[in-house]
Amino acid sequence: MATYEKILLKNMEQPGYTGSLADYEGTGGYRALRTVLKDMQPDQVIEVVKKSGLRGRGGAGFPTGVKWGFIPKNHPGPKYLCCNADESEPGTFKDRQLMERDPHQMLEGMAITCFAIGAQTAYIYIRGEFRLGAKILEQALQEAYAAGYLGDNILGSGLRINIYVHLGAGAYICGEETALLESLEGKRGMPRFKPPFPATHGLYQNPTVVNNVETMANIPHIINRGGEWFASIGSPPKSCGTRVFCLSGHVKRPGNYETPMGITFRELIYDLGGGMRSDKPLKAFIPGGASAPFLTPDHLDVKMDFESVALAGSMLGSGGVTVMEEGTNMVWAALRLMEFFYHESCGKCTPCREGTSWLVQTLQRIWNKRGRPEDIGVLDELCGNIPGRTVCAFGDAAVSPIVSTLHHWRGEYEALIREAQETMPRNKEIPVFTH
Amino acid sequence: MLFERFKNEVDDILSRYPVKRSALLPLLNLAQREEGFVSESAMQEIAKILDLTPAQVFETVTFYTMFNLKPIGKFHLQVCKSLMCALVGSDDVVVWIQKKLGIAQGQTTADNLFTLSVVECLGSCGTGPMMQVNDDYYEQLSEEKVGRVLDDLKRDGTCSLKTGPFMYPQPLAK
Repeated sequence: MATYEKILLKNMEQPGYTGSLADYEGTGGYRALRTVLKDMQPDQVIEVVKKSGLRGRGGAGFPTGVKWGFIPKNHPGPKYLCCNADESEPGTFKDRQLMERDPHQMLEGMAITCFAIGAQTAYIYIRGEFRLGAKILEQALQEAYAAGYLGDNILGSGLRINIYVHLGAGAYICGEETALLESLEGKRGMPRFKPPFPATHGLYQNPTVVNNVETMANIPHIINRGGEWFASIGSPPKSCGTRVFCLSGHVKRPGNYETPMGITFRELIYDLGGGMRSDKPLKAFIPGGASAPFLTPDHLDVKMDFESVALAGSMLGSGGVTVMEEGTNMVWAALRLMEFFYHESCGKCTPCREGTSWLVQTLQRIWNKRGRPEDIGVLDELCGNIPGRTVCAFGDAAVSPIVSTLHHWRGEYEALIREAQETMPRNKEIPVFTH
Repeated sequence: MLFERFKNEVDDILSRYPVKRSALLPLLNLAQREEGFVSESAMQEIAKILDLTPAQVFETVTFYTMFNLKPIGKFHLQVCKSLMCALVGSDDVVVWIQKKLGIAQGQTTADNLFTLSVVECLGSCGTGPMMQVNDDYYEQLSEEKVGRVLDDLKRDGTCSLKTGPFMYPQPLAK
């Protein structure tokens, strides 16, 4: 089995490493922040990050340096950084580990980002369920303030950077950047129409950068070792660096695995994850969180980088890989994900609010062997009417479990409907959906 | 008045934001921490503190699933049922709890100790099946482990099986 140099998980995997400030400093922590304050201009920092090819680790994969570059230089008011720690994409649990085991790594990345974009205030929007993570971050912030890495005059440079932890309260959609901003403003977390983008009209209508935890954690390493070094890892030029892939489902060794981008799904699932947990073969896998379309065993040799997974008809998304063994019913799997999307649709856009509800009802009908011959057509039509007709990308994501399972395993839908037609008592009312 | 008792904490929260309304979620979290749910009087108080109407507070509260608008049991058992946990047996966890406590989803035990909810993804997909109890995660559940957690909570109010700072898989010893 190939071994890879880890970047983000390296410290925390050392025996005895606690993630305290002393431990972090002992591994060279906050050296990048010192370098930046002493030797670099904000533009130079942005240039290095651009050169590194770092792309956002939350799911959309937007180039981080380019995002920073959109922040207007001459804005008269405040600018903000928001670290997206809402980690709510089913199948994803990497940010939790990054925050709880090595909090200073992301805090240093945030401080450097604040310097680069000219922000004095940053918020960590962490999902409400991660109470332990929030507590650990608060403790780490206290340490960083006491050591002068944060505050009104960081490391004697005259710069002011304050970071606050802000707990959410249970809403998947608040991981969408504009919904996150709405929620941070104390409102219902409903996405905003774009444009204008957060880079010009973000938090309190001021220029704002929203970056994922893993993205932030990469920044100190890029400063310390250079943009060229980072750009040489993984699958350059489009997919540079490592990813912390989250493996779940029917595998022997689920968990977080950091590898360079560009290894194959086969390597992750069989080498690192130990293969299937029972003797049943692999039937399907989701390559990048619940929003990513399902793939089949034919795709096991696809490379895990942004472009290759997109070419295979799915997306690398948040890096959450969920594996399903033979015997898992794909209608059931799609239903489970659809119930999630129905529950989490924020209700702002009609196609998504109503459509996810109809999709769940139709799937439940099919799964409960009450399906009608026309139901597959209903699913096809609904799935064609939600994507592209909503304010945010949620609508596109919500139909992907159904579209992809219908594509690869249409026979399973047909079999359930056929069974229903053979066994269902005639002239009996279809059960009414309740949730 | 709830918030008078926590004046320092409220002031600290307010100092973090340039716009008062941003303190809404933190104050609601505080209210729920202290009372176990968000009461109408707490919402009225928060509205006054933040110069909002009670309706503005209410419309926000109802958007977020973690806020309870009614009192619940001392321990809120939230079992994740999303696909990743379902693949490794989360439906069984619900059955085990129902069997042990005699409550169905959404119900509270007669002694007011436990309320059972079945919820969507809690970000613990590699270590499922799992449940959250108040602030703590309990992962890789088996019937025996669920039984121990419930017994410990009932007897001691806490349980040592909760997950600490998360790392999985644990690094192999060198």
